[in-house]
Amino acid sequence: MPEVLLETRSLGKRFGAVIAAEDVNVSVTAGEIVGVIGANGAGKTTFCNMVTGYLTPDLGQILFRGKDITGCTVGEATEAGIHRSFQIPQLFPGLTVYENLLLAVGVFGHRRPPWWQPLVRPEVENEATAIMERYRIAESAATRVDRLPQGVRKLLDIAMAMVGQPAMILLDEPTSGISTKEKFDVMGNVIDALRKSAATVLFVEHDMEVVGRYADRVIAFREGRVLADGTPRVVLEDPAVIEHVVGRRPGHPPDA
Amino acid sequence: MTLLRSVRLTTVGITVATVVLLALWPLLPAWAAHTVAVSLGGGLVVLGLLILIRFGLVSFGQGLFFAIGGYAAALANQFLGITDMLVMSVAGIASAGAVAWALGYIVRGHRGIFFAMLNLAFSMILFGILAKTVVLGSTDGFSVGVPTLLGFAPDPEAGRLTFVLFGFIVISTAVVAWWVDRMLASPIGYAGQGVRENELRLRYLGVSARGAVHIAYIAAAKLAALGGVFTVLLIGHVTPEDTAYWTKSGEFVFVAILGGSGNVAAPFIAQAVFELVRTFALQYAPDAWQMLLGITLLLVILFLPGGLWSLADRLRGRDA
Repeated sequence: MPEVLLETRSLGKRFGAVIAAEDVNVSVTAGEIVGVIGANGAGKTTFCNMVTGYLTPDLGQILFRGKDITGCTVGEATEAGIHRSFQIPQLFPGLTVYENLLLAVGVFGHRRPPWWQPLVRPEVENEATAIMERYRIAESAATRVDRLPQGVRKLLDIAMAMVGQPAMILLDEPTSGISTKEKFDVMGNVIDALRKSAATVLFVEHDMEVVGRYADRVIAFREGRVLADGTPRVVLEDPAVIEHVVGRRPGHPPDA
Repeated sequence: MTLLRSVRLTTVGITVATVVLLALWPLLPAWAAHTVAVSLGGGLVVLGLLILIRFGLVSFGQGLFFAIGGYAAALANQFLGITDMLVMSVAGIASAGAVAWALGYIVRGHRGIFFAMLNLAFSMILFGILAKTVVLGSTDGFSVGVPTLLGFAPDPEAGRLTFVLFGFIVISTAVVAWWVDRMLASPIGYAGQGVRENELRLRYLGVSARGAVHIAYIAAAKLAALGGVFTVLLIGHVTPEDTAYWTKSGEFVFVAILGGSGNVAAPFIAQAVFELVRTFALQYAPDAWQMLLGITLLLVILFLPGGLWSLADRLRGRDA
């Protein structure tokens, strides 16, 4: 029986009158690739923010590998092995792709980075190079991040999040801002690389084609609650999910 | 990787500069030796600012730690009878380190203009205290005797700037500059770039941005304090206005911009240029020296936005 990696128990979060999360019970098993869907404001990003320590839940518990991590800091969640990427890539814009990865690999996990050894050492350089190759961004190595196309930024953002080999990674809309033509390439690259790292993946996504193709399991959110949770086939065909999240497809009249 | 190469190059550069300065001592006229030593002292404060600038931070209050260093050395001399320049330096660094450690808990959560002005506020508080403390000579300050080194007392007839003091300042500065260069090439230096470029990503890499800022703040304070010790040893006198007053802090920021943050040598070169421009401007245009300094800075910002050091980069770019 595979290990339950992440478990949330009755998570709740309010922003004033807005319910961002209510009674969220989610359990993710090691090795799963879980797609998270929901309309804007359904609570997907709040869920990511709570699990990674960016927000503290008002109610409930978050367990990671059986350990209670509710209310931990971003640094502690990172240390525990939960990393994330961002809808809008969070990179070091004035540095090149290679320098971004050198920095990430070299400082990773130092709560107070040491100063007595140079950061650029052969093992750091090798790892940064290996990561660039794994995510197929090596040809942009010497390009400054603020001059990169969006697709490469997205890849680099995920590559940066994977530094330190987390047990679990949360991808916040990995294909947003990428052209329809590129999205399967990018997502295919990412899923390939993540499978090789044996990371458990939870990805927030609006594109149902992407969700249907890559997720083993889908969780649909609505108004802060879990609306449906199951295999893509079941969840994406669920009438409530179609009604509130996916929307009706052309050719399916509303009363059919 | 260019960075490792540049650390080695800098080490070579520092060693060569040290040897050259020490060898030049017999040839240097007194005013020139004094200018070199004063520039090294002031340059240390600016070197501290360079660390903060690499973190994307500017402090308009480094005079605080410059004053703490200067006063710690002067007090050790006046009240404890300590004359050893090494002990005075350690006293200055330790005092500033302790104060920066405590204040660091306040400033490390602030960025941009708030960080800059908080430091200005602290320095003005210290200025107020020093100026009102009669036992420390109030606004007149007090004098410091001729320093010794490890029991070696220079000839009292030789004046204040002896080869012992000159050599001590040159060698200490070289060691400290080398240390800072290493620091900037280490994870803490890169974490500084992370603070400057994107703090959110840095946090998600498991790095405490505040912790890194705290370390940089303490390091900058210690450098400013050592600069203060050297300056007081060279001048033989310490006053609140020449150390903690906000114009002094502003002057250090001025020199930091003049030099740029490209290399640990930049602060010292810029401080020397600053001292020379000021000396000559004072001599030939006593009423207009601030204007000449202003014009110098204006020209640098317009034509060398990376500071004087970017000249070196341009020359190297052409050669390569």
